[in-house]
Amino acid sequence: MRLVKNKIEHNGSGTVTLLPEEPEDMWHAYNLIRPDDLLRASAIRRVTSVQDTGSTTSTRVHLNLVIRVKNLDFDPQSSQLHVSGQIINETPHTKIGQFHTLDLELNRNFTLEKEVGANGEGVGWDSIAVEMLKDAVDEGGNRRAEAVAVVMQEGLAHICFIGQFQTILKQKVEMSVPRKRQGGGGGDHDKGMGKFYRVTLETLLRQIDFNTTSTSTTSNESVRPILLASPGFVASGFHKYMQTEASTTTPALRKLLPSVAVVHSASGYMNSLSEVLQSPAVKTLLADTKYARETRLMDEFLDQLRKETNKATYGPREVESAVDQGAVGRGGGVLIMSNKLFRSQNVAERKRWVSLVDRVRDVEGGEVRILSSDHESGRRLEGLGGIAALLTFPVMEEDDVSESGEDNGDDYGSD
Amino acid sequence: MSKNRVKNVGYDDDDFYDDDGYDSPDPEEQEHLKQCTVLVSVQLQTGEPSVTASKEEIQEALWHYYNDVEKTVNYLRGKKEKEAQKQQATTSGLKTKAQVWENILTGLPVPVYPATASRPTAHFSAAEFFRDCPWLNVPAHRKAEILVEPLYPRLGLLGGAPEAKKGSKLAALAAARKAKASGQTTPASESSASQPETAEKPKLSLQERLAASSRTPKPAEGLAGLRRLGKPSPAVSSTPSPAPSESSTRPARTEETIIRQVNLGPPPKADLRAPCSVFATALIGKETRPKITEPNHGRPMIVDFDEIYGHNTEPFDFSGPSPDDVILKAQNASQGMKSKPKAGAAKDASKKGQADLAGGMNKLSVEEKVTVKSKNLDVLAEYNKSKRKRSANFVVIGHVDAGKSTLMGRLLADQGAIDQRTLDRYRKEAEKIGKGSFALAWVLDQGSEERARGVTIDIATNKFETENTAFTIVDAPGHRDFVPNMIAGASQADFAVLVIDSSVGKFESGLKGQTKEHALLVRSMGVQKIVVAVNKMDTVQWDKDRFEEIEQQISAFLTTAGFQSKNISFVPCSGVLGDNISRRSADVHASWYSGRILIEELEDSEPYTHALDKPLRMTIGDVFRGGVQSPISISGRLDAGSLQVGDQILTMPSGESALIRSIEVDGEPNDWAVAGQNVVLNLANIDPIHLRSGDVVCRSSSPIPTITTFTAKVLAFEHLMPMLVDVHRGRLHVPARISKLVASLDKASGATLKKRPKIVSPGTVVRVVVEMDTAVPLEAPTRVVLRTGGSTVAAGLLE
Repeated sequence: MRLVKNKIEHNGSGTVTLLPEEPEDMWHAYNLIRPDDLLRASAIRRVTSVQDTGSTTSTRVHLNLVIRVKNLDFDPQSSQLHVSGQIINETPHTKIGQFHTLDLELNRNFTLEKEVGANGEGVGWDSIAVEMLKDAVDEGGNRRAEAVAVVMQEGLAHICFIGQFQTILKQKVEMSVPRKRQGGGGGDHDKGMGKFYRVTLETLLRQIDFNTTSTSTTSNESVRPILLASPGFVASGFHKYMQTEASTTTPALRKLLPSVAVVHSASGYMNSLSEVLQSPAVKTLLADTKYARETRLMDEFLDQLRKETNKATYGPREVESAVDQGAVGRGGGVLIMSNKLFRSQNVAERKRWVSLVDRVRDVEGGEVRILSSDHESGRRLEGLGGIAALLTFPVMEEDDVSESGEDNGDDYGSD
Repeated sequence: MSKNRVKNVGYDDDDFYDDDGYDSPDPEEQEHLKQCTVLVSVQLQTGEPSVTASKEEIQEALWHYYNDVEKTVNYLRGKKEKEAQKQQATTSGLKTKAQVWENILTGLPVPVYPATASRPTAHFSAAEFFRDCPWLNVPAHRKAEILVEPLYPRLGLLGGAPEAKKGSKLAALAAARKAKASGQTTPASESSASQPETAEKPKLSLQERLAASSRTPKPAEGLAGLRRLGKPSPAVSSTPSPAPSESSTRPARTEETIIRQVNLGPPPKADLRAPCSVFATALIGKETRPKITEPNHGRPMIVDFDEIYGHNTEPFDFSGPSPDDVILKAQNASQGMKSKPKAGAAKDASKKGQADLAGGMNKLSVEEKVTVKSKNLDVLAEYNKSKRKRSANFVVIGHVDAGKSTLMGRLLADQGAIDQRTLDRYRKEAEKIGKGSFALAWVLDQGSEERARGVTIDIATNKFETENTAFTIVDAPGHRDFVPNMIAGASQADFAVLVIDSSVGKFESGLKGQTKEHALLVRSMGVQKIVVAVNKMDTVQWDKDRFEEIEQQISAFLTTAGFQSKNISFVPCSGVLGDNISRRSADVHASWYSGRILIEELEDSEPYTHALDKPLRMTIGDVFRGGVQSPISISGRLDAGSLQVGDQILTMPSGESALIRSIEVDGEPNDWAVAGQNVVLNLANIDPIHLRSGDVVCRSSSPIPTITTFTAKVLAFEHLMPMLVDVHRGRLHVPARISKLVASLDKASGATLKKRPKIVSPGTVVRVVVEMDTAVPLEAPTRVVLRTGGSTVAAGLLE
């Protein structure tokens, strides 16, 4: 995403003009735009006009609309963001107050304005929003190419794209492969696996837009690393199948082969993606990406939790109380939050988390890490209520908290 | 609907099909019909407008609509409404008819007047029917009704009739008056059979005209008349053939009466008609004259009417009954007669073809449904009757390369379940790829990948029999990546054989590895008894101390895992050599062992009881193509209940039903199967896309619920917190997450120790809530295993 214009005032209100360049920028936009913001973008609207004679004509007009955001709809599979709301600027074709859904498009500017009301009813550009903006704009230019992972087991393959900020499950291949059977049933199994490999390869090539017809091996289009992961021998079998295909029917595959890595995973489900990303083969490929850092952080946290040192805690109430006790501060305190919490529709809710983050970072001196909920690590964190903390000293759990009632705990897992 | 119905559609020209399906309908069908009848009558009464119909009417209509309740209701309602309208109309009918006729009279005498074409014919024909009948005893008012109208068409319609030529209004009016005046007398004279020829003439011409009213009859009048006389199509000329005397007592007023006659029983043998004229005979020959004794007297009539209705539906649709009504009434009248289904079906078919072609096409299915007659066996009684050997399933578990497959291959070879020649072939092939010691394992490792890598990947089942027990071996893979397969195998087992590698270093590594995990798993899957085969004793020279050391360590571990010490037994053996498996070891170093050998330990197992009378449950282990005869087959073990050939089953979570075409129990064809048996079901009427291993087979009467979240009481093997896990149950294997730790519980009493713990340590019993992404067939009490990252973290019972 390119930052075209930045006019953020000191009080937090102001406008930003952005130019999304890649599909992942839509995800950033999705995180930046919140209900009640003002969004200006180009739109195509169908306008129906009634003539004096009563006949109607309908035309499609290109407009620049400003809407007050009501709702966001993000489709991660196709990276499309639809923002709906009420129009607030007057145009020859539309009235104020009419509803419109803006489809943000790549390579078209949009302007986002956040307001802070006189009484502080809006949230404006708070620290989290500014940080997200920095992430989105990628000033350092150190964004790494994403990887493609095929997590598979017998008869099941998940093809997903691992980006800097999100993991997108592109397609799932599911197929019934006959098991080995007594009395020469092995042929069925091998045939089934062959078919499974073929379908998986076809799907994979389609997903990565790989041109199998071009025979020139010198084309300089970059190929993303492809990780094949499975328990047992499925991934290596698939790798072998690719090699055979490359040497026989589709020579173009040869271009792909150098970037393929076979790694181990515990199962063919997305759950085991974390294991895939921790394998040494992948670490070299994706070293020091945001994703790898997040995964490492989560592992560290879970380790602490397992050791039962009481130096790790999770859940909204527990973390807040730990922060109150000053345990998330200088010297190792880390507040880990899922960015889903900041997507909350409720202004008070968002303010609560933003103030917690600001407090840990500015007052306590601890570290704050915001994990993408669209990554595997973020999903693990969500299971813990979306918020966790590594503490500088052991905080004893207050038993009375857990005894005092069921209601307070219901906010984990459920949100 | 039944097969018979479908058949009728295709065979409407065939008179020789079997009627039995109607005379003795299937009780199931009748039950269904009854239900539908009630439904329809309720809907008819409650709907708007409310109408009532007799049971017979409803059933008749249902029969026509293939038991489609909605269509039947629509049809009956329309019919009843029409009838109601008709009743109103008849009062004013005379007036309207008069108007119609006036219109004709005032207009030019057009040769064809389609709007009224069909009605007069009918009246005319009706009159014709009674031409031979004595009218003396017919009440006068009835006669009048029949006969007033028949005369009208001659004025306007009969191209060949001399009256029709009179174009002037005056002449027409005069003729009408004349007809009215002579209305009382003419029919008597006409039908007195003294002038049959003259009666036939107008009738024929009219009928034929109707039958082919689409072609405008504008030929030269004389020629046309000749032609009509000379070419009486069989359909037309045969119409009057059934003129049973009983109809004379029944005044025929409408078309329906005619059709009723068609369907009425045996036609009189005598030909009452006058013979053809000499001229006609000379023209067409004698053969064309239909034989009155023809058995299928009804059919030409039907065809005729079809043609009429097919071409003339519009003019007909006034106030009279619809063709459906006519047919229905006719059928009602002739109910109980043999000819009913014949005529009904034929008419139904041809009419359907015209009126509801599209609908009919939709009902037709390209796929041929297979029906298998159930023998309706009392399976449990059959099971008790059958003298079967005691059967036992056991799973072979242990660390990778402990020699599980080899041990079982040896057992099978010794018990004669595998012949020597096959074994020799395996040995030769194994040696060829440099894996000579794997030859025995190849008995069970049939997969090409398994053989190439020398590792069992998937479970293999095999069976052998001793004198009093039929065993089924489930050989499980030992590699940690294939623990899901091992879980599938363990879920089929009554007891377990734990194989331990006694060689130095291997035992220790195994204990850390899958030896422990497998033992814990089988225990948490409900296995009580475990036989520990301390394998590869030949590599340690049958060292007694080694055996005792292993025995002590393993039994200590197994007791903590929850096995009772009386259910644990140890056997030192060697799979490769076959020592202490089926025969006692001849090795002098092994002479210290005097306990039972492996096969004796296996036979010692108690009989296992299964939930035979519970609702049917079977987890699908594999879906495959059994062969040409059975394109879709599933295998698995019946967890509960029983089934037999011809049963309708339901597969969850797809919710699709299938029919059991045949059953194989332990490789032998059988008519039924009960819980505890390993079966192969050959299915029909289901798409294999709906079948996946891990799905559950049940009955639609008691389907297994599919759920996305459950509460389970589990024993933690590792630290538990809200986390992502895989849920395993038999072959079923789905991603899920622990969303909540409800409480940690006391192991013995089950009392709550701590509510909502943050994290629980290994060995704790904890109640958890697990959420899954997809709906999964699970019900309490089921044993589930939770795994994550390739290791088992918990196992327990669904609540």
